Amino acid sequence: MFLLKLKIIAAVVALAAPIPYAVARLAPPTQKLEPDMIELTTGEVSYKPAGDFTRMAKPANAPLKTVYFGRGFRIMKRQVTEADYRRCVDDGGCAPVDAARPSSADEPIVGVSWQDAQAYIRWLSGKTGQHYRLPKDDEWAFAAGSRFHDEGWPDFDGADPAKRWLSRYESDAAQEPVDRQPHPVGSFGSNENGLLDVAGNVWEWTDTCFVRIALDAAGHEVSETKNCGVRVVEGRHRTYMTDFIRDARSGGCSVGTPPANLGFRLVRED
Amino acid sequence: MITRRNALMGAAIATLLTAMPALAAELDLPRQKIDLVAPPFVHPHEQATTQKPKIIEFRLVVQEKEIVIDDQGTKLRAMTYNGSIPGPMMVVHEGDYLELTLVNPETNSMPHNIDFHAATGALGGAELTLINPGEQVVLRFKATRPGVFVYHCAPGSDMTPWHVTSGMSGVVMVLPRAGLSDGKGKPLHYDRIYYIGENDFYIPRDDKGKFKTYDSPGEAYADTIEVMRKLIPTHEVFEGRVGALTGKNALTAKVGETVLIVHSQANRDSRPHLIGGHGDYVWETGKFSNPPETNLETWFIRGGSAGAALYTFRQPGIYAYVNHNLIEAVELGATAHFKVEGAWNDDLMTQVKPPAPITDASSVHGSLAPAVGTGRLD
Repeated sequence: MFLLKLKIIAAVVALAAPIPYAVARLAPPTQKLEPDMIELTTGEVSYKPAGDFTRMAKPANAPLKTVYFGRGFRIMKRQVTEADYRRCVDDGGCAPVDAARPSSADEPIVGVSWQDAQAYIRWLSGKTGQHYRLPKDDEWAFAAGSRFHDEGWPDFDGADPAKRWLSRYESDAAQEPVDRQPHPVGSFGSNENGLLDVAGNVWEWTDTCFVRIALDAAGHEVSETKNCGVRVVEGRHRTYMTDFIRDARSGGCSVGTPPANLGFRLVRED
Repeated sequence: MITRRNALMGAAIATLLTAMPALAAELDLPRQKIDLVAPPFVHPHEQATTQKPKIIEFRLVVQEKEIVIDDQGTKLRAMTYNGSIPGPMMVVHEGDYLELTLVNPETNSMPHNIDFHAATGALGGAELTLINPGEQVVLRFKATRPGVFVYHCAPGSDMTPWHVTSGMSGVVMVLPRAGLSDGKGKPLHYDRIYYIGENDFYIPRDDKGKFKTYDSPGEAYADTIEVMRKLIPTHEVFEGRVGALTGKNALTAKVGETVLIVHSQANRDSRPHLIGGHGDYVWETGKFSNPPETNLETWFIRGGSAGAALYTFRQPGIYAYVNHNLIEAVELGATAHFKVEGAWNDDLMTQVKPPAPITDASSVHGSLAPAVGTGRLD
């Protein structure tokens, strides 16, 4: 009982600490620091893992992989919001985001890099005594359920690389342009697991590093190189981003549609 | 009551009074009327012709309108010829007469005119074509010099750079009657032609850094001039907006096809480059009586001019055609894409080994090791 009381006092102190402007902005003053989590029970997901694959030295699509989650995990119901992130900024734990692209308190924070997400995680874990982290790519696929999409590489003739590029370009060009304006939490509905706004107009950072994997004729892994300066980003389509990028764009020789916005949601280790 | 529009009109009337009408005697030549098409496409035309010179008739209607110039919805109070940025390309042959009817509908708010770099005299025709809303004018000039030439609006003083950077420019192509050649007697042909018009836009921002919108060109004028005077464009684009020639609107070609790419920039320097390809024959300054340069990597388009590059695609895939100031290509928008169908040629290029872990230690340090027997004098 005494312990519980101490925790509440700590939370109130944390809330009272920011400058008066920030306090005025915080909707209900009792808003808790701990985000609502969805508990995913055991299960499995079949998906094409992130990364760049070759098979017998030719570009190839990732082989389908089944991952079994033996103990389940907890993931945030919604994406981290502007209000969440602002508390971290006001408390000195996070870098402010670009003022040219403001979002409202009840909208997901956008324009944040993987590095920004790490700062938020350190701050939130420190404040709450819990262990938060970004989801791994396979966890995100499992939690996203029917809203999961990989890169969408078409099947192709491995001898002619141009067919693959052209086919990918066509399918990408056929996509409807995504509105970049952030919308209030819940605007994109919930998926079958109860997660809000999965694959809406805010893409989410994961903790998975970019890998390049060579397969032999039988599909067995021959070699792997890993680059943790680039992380997997999930959303309407999967992509890979350098960890300090806050706002993705295309142009020049980089073809394809970049994420409309970069944001994140967290997993809590129990 | 003096409205902004009346004030602008007053300036125009003053200019009109000084212009002497140059009324033409009728020419006894056959006439041909041509319907213009919006860029990047070009109206059908002969490359070489055996016909005698003609009067080729075109019609341009000035349209002032608000357009969106990027994926963020930024708006420009645009001024256009026939509604497109750039204005349509007009093709004639050397020795033909180009006869233009320029129309300024009553719905517009400002006087407009046209200065043809291909024409001789009267400020390129600008002096004879200044018209107010509700007027039209007909100008004829003889196409005496072969090449691609810019045309643009030039109503005088700071109206001129403002109208040009609001979209009022295009190209006239004057082909040699015998068609294009390499300058050594070999005729050159194209299977497709694309006209790429590059524009620098200067959109004012509010105190929060957001792009502003205006209810009329007159209201945008003062803020826009202020941004223009700093000479740093907010957008540098092909065909009037970021992404106008990418994705669904990407340009197309097939392996083995020869494409003529005409590129204009009426106000500012550019340096086109086809990523993964070349310019087989390039008239960098755009004038066909000069022999083309060959095998170019990047070519220079001087502000206020047009150039032409001929290229035969040899490899399928996606090509990016950019202003190779890559900041302008990627950050400001000057990127187009070509989708090229055909069979991959392994002889021209092949990935010998795909990316994989470094296995051969000498390949890491090899370049740093002193080479035996080189650079020694003893």
